[in-house]
Amino acid sequence: MNVQQKLEILADAAKYDASCASSGAKRKGNGEGIGHSDGMGICHSYTPDGRCVSLLKILLTNFCTYDCVFCVNRISSDIQRARFTPTEVISLTLDFYKRNYIEGLFLSSGIIQSPDYTMEELIQVAKTLRTVHKFGGYIHLKAIPGASELLIKEAGLYADRLSANIELPTQHDLVQLAPEKKSTIIESTMNQILTRKEEADEDRRKSPQAPKFAAAGQSTQMVVGATSASDRDILTTATHLYGQYKLRRIYYTGFSPYPAADARLPLKATPMMREHRLYQSDWLMRFYGFTASELTTPEAPDLSLTEDPKTTWAKAHPEFFPVDVNAAPREALLRVPGIGYRNVERILSIRRYHQLLLDDLRKLHVRIKNALPYLITVDHLPNRQTIAHESQLNAQLDLFAPVSALTGSV
Amino acid sequence: MKRISLEPDFNTWRDAARDALRLGYRPEEIDMQDATVLNTLDLALETSDTPTGDPITTPHTSKAFLESAKFAAVHRDPQRWNLLYRILYRLQANRNLLKISVDPDISELERLESQVRRDLHKMHAFVRFRMVLEPGDPNARPIVVDESTPTEPEPHHLVLATPTPFGLSRTELPHCDPDPNATPTPSQPDTCEHFIAWYQPDHRILPLAAPFFAERFSIMRWTILTPDASVSWDPVSKQLAFAPGLPRESAPAEDELEDLWRSYYASIYNPARLNPDAMRSEMPVRYWKNLPEISLLPELITKSQSRVSAMVTTQQQQPSAQPFVPAEHNLTAIRAALPSCKGCELYKHATQVVPGKGAGHAKLILVGEQPGDQEDLQGEPFVGPAGKILDRVMNELNIDRSKIYLTNAVKHFKFVQRGKLRLHQNPRMSEISACRPWLLAELDAVHPHVILCLGASASKSLLGGTFALMKDHGKILETRYAKQVVATIHPSAVLRARDKESGEKLYNFLRDDMAMAWQAAQKPVLTSV
Ligand code: SF4
Repeated sequence: MNVQQKLEILADAAKYDASCASSGAKRKGNGEGIGHSDGMGICHSYTPDGRCVSLLKILLTNFCTYDCVFCVNRISSDIQRARFTPTEVISLTLDFYKRNYIEGLFLSSGIIQSPDYTMEELIQVAKTLRTVHKFGGYIHLKAIPGASELLIKEAGLYADRLSANIELPTQHDLVQLAPEKKSTIIESTMNQILTRKEEADEDRRKSPQAPKFAAAGQSTQMVVGATSASDRDILTTATHLYGQYKLRRIYYTGFSPYPAADARLPLKATPMMREHRLYQSDWLMRFYGFTASELTTPEAPDLSLTEDPKTTWAKAHPEFFPVDVNAAPREALLRVPGIGYRNVERILSIRRYHQLLLDDLRKLHVRIKNALPYLITVDHLPNRQTIAHESQLNAQLDLFAPVSALTGSV
Repeated sequence: MKRISLEPDFNTWRDAARDALRLGYRPEEIDMQDATVLNTLDLALETSDTPTGDPITTPHTSKAFLESAKFAAVHRDPQRWNLLYRILYRLQANRNLLKISVDPDISELERLESQVRRDLHKMHAFVRFRMVLEPGDPNARPIVVDESTPTEPEPHHLVLATPTPFGLSRTELPHCDPDPNATPTPSQPDTCEHFIAWYQPDHRILPLAAPFFAERFSIMRWTILTPDASVSWDPVSKQLAFAPGLPRESAPAEDELEDLWRSYYASIYNPARLNPDAMRSEMPVRYWKNLPEISLLPELITKSQSRVSAMVTTQQQQPSAQPFVPAEHNLTAIRAALPSCKGCELYKHATQVVPGKGAGHAKLILVGEQPGDQEDLQGEPFVGPAGKILDRVMNELNIDRSKIYLTNAVKHFKFVQRGKLRLHQNPRMSEISACRPWLLAELDAVHPHVILCLGASASKSLLGGTFALMKDHGKILETRYAKQVVATIHPSAVLRARDKESGEKLYNFLRDDMAMAWQAAQKPVLTSV
């Protein structure tokens, strides 16, 4: 089998992992090999599914001894198998990089022989790229759950980012669909990465010469929609993972059919909008001060597909609004639908010198239509009825009590 | 109104602006135009070009303004010099002006700056180098390259030949002269590879973009051509050399790696998530001409739908015995239902299905791999040569065969016909998992204390794919199928042993593991509270 055929098989097998961004690591060109990262992440192309191509994302091999139902590479699926040699992966990475096709490599693998053996193979590629070829581009390695602590330590010396995939939102889902993977083992790998990273960061505070460890941190991904787990379950798991392991990012991959999928899986792709809403909620949790429990309710555990989660929350909380753009604290501004994180910063900076009008917000590209019922500017005071009316329609809240309590006057 | 015409260069503007401030020009009294843009207003009648403002001899600027201005200056907007002057002038009176993003001048500045930044970012992303001058192919020269007359043994030498109205403008590129005796390293390769890209940015950003490529590809010899200017990097002297612009045809037409890249591109997208609108919004059509992979797009997009339906069909047809397994898990119902199974292809060729056999509530259950030739003909498990070995073990251990339950992971014989012989074939993983619902139903019905797996397939089916038989045989493991699962070798391994000695060794393995399993099965199971 030639390299091109292997590439077709092993890129195809890697396409279900959404975590391919190359941001978060700054790496200066070292003058001895090719490659640097400016920390921003660069998409060198986009594929027909709208995803960014930033890294050479492949598996070292799609042979796997595990039998995870949701995974295309599980041992029981009759797909075509292939295996790259480390040298082949290294040349592909360097050759593609030199032509400016990619920012670096994202290397994952089916689990062969044992987690340790697999991890060693992955490390081998990264280590050669860094030490022999002085490669300065981005490297993301998959941390194989259950691999020994020493190997995780070594992997982080060469990789900008490590990720151990949580795979499915709940332990119950894992038992059903990935019997060989246990959330305890996955999480203990995450914990090893965190612990080692904190040690390394501490060492670097003492001496800047100390080696870096996974400078771009760790991430994980979970498949959404393969099981009946609700968005509330998913966001709760996300909160737990962010809190416990300081993950940089969680990638939510909507389940989609793939060749030779197990008959127990859904036949249809999870709506992309569900994925989108989860990402929005994830942002709200990380940058806007929302908690998982605020974004859904036990009665309605799934996010709305037709409305963004911030608007849903706003409609259900008329007592919080309206927010005065010229006076409210950052935390309150962040909760106004239609105003993004960056614009909150700009508003805070502008209003020290200039009282904001509606037209000013328009110039900042605030989504006025969404925001109007929730904010006060020098020339705008929302009609209480609008908020009350919308909240009644969507959240079935008491129409008058919270509104009058909040405002006193209209 | 005073009119001045400026070269498109930030420092030129800076000098002009400083002079104008010093002379006291108010922004509305001066018009700074781009010398490269034809100006139709030149014909307008001049009234007066005398400045009326106060002279500003020590103008104030801020770092933030200079930073933004540097970006806005390369924008092609013909009004940018005037805008920058207006802001500079207003900054003298209002030092916080820059922070008021809603001011019309400031928001215009921010607009220009962000468009330039975006253009830069896209250039970093979409420049595609093509390799020329591979060693051993001295004749392969792109049009852009006009070699100086080679006087032997002249090292590789490149000249960018730019056609201009006044003839060719020639820009010499540094020599490549690798030392043939040195051992090549990544930073000192033994080749004179030269990478050339053609790119057309929206704005005049090449000088701003070049340092990015110089840092990233510092050990490579490369050139970027744009219609306005070109730039080359010499990895030895670490110098950038700017030269005039060149048309697209000057760049090499392809790179042999592009096919490989296209393979990657075609494989890495998910046809079940087709979303060309999202793609177009991130990668507008005007960038497509540089990207070798774009030629694949029409086909990838039109084929997505059929690929997805094909996947769904195979998923629906994924072999599984599940639909044939009765809801009630008792041995009678299972035996009655088994002959109807069409869970996978195997039923088609086998003589009959081979159900498990033995005591209904046996404390020990033996799981083999698959019926063989004899079993297929007789319809009973373990009646062939491997069964004979099992019988011998059980005799030695005083185990009554009717006290245990014997079955297989796969219930139909798989073989290929060779003349009169029927050669056993290993079942595929998909067949083992297709048949697994039968095994699970039997386990549920018998509810044994101990499961003994015979051979690797049965072990992996119940103990997971990573189970290593030779390392972990004879150990009692807990699984979700039973509290105690033990694995051992398949009795046919004893038959296939290469000599008598190893045959005995394997036989002893089998006997000891079986003895252990049998003993464990006699003890009451400890149920945890
Ligand atoms: S081998 Fe198993 S699944 Fe396949 S047809 Fe026979 S009984 Fe059914």
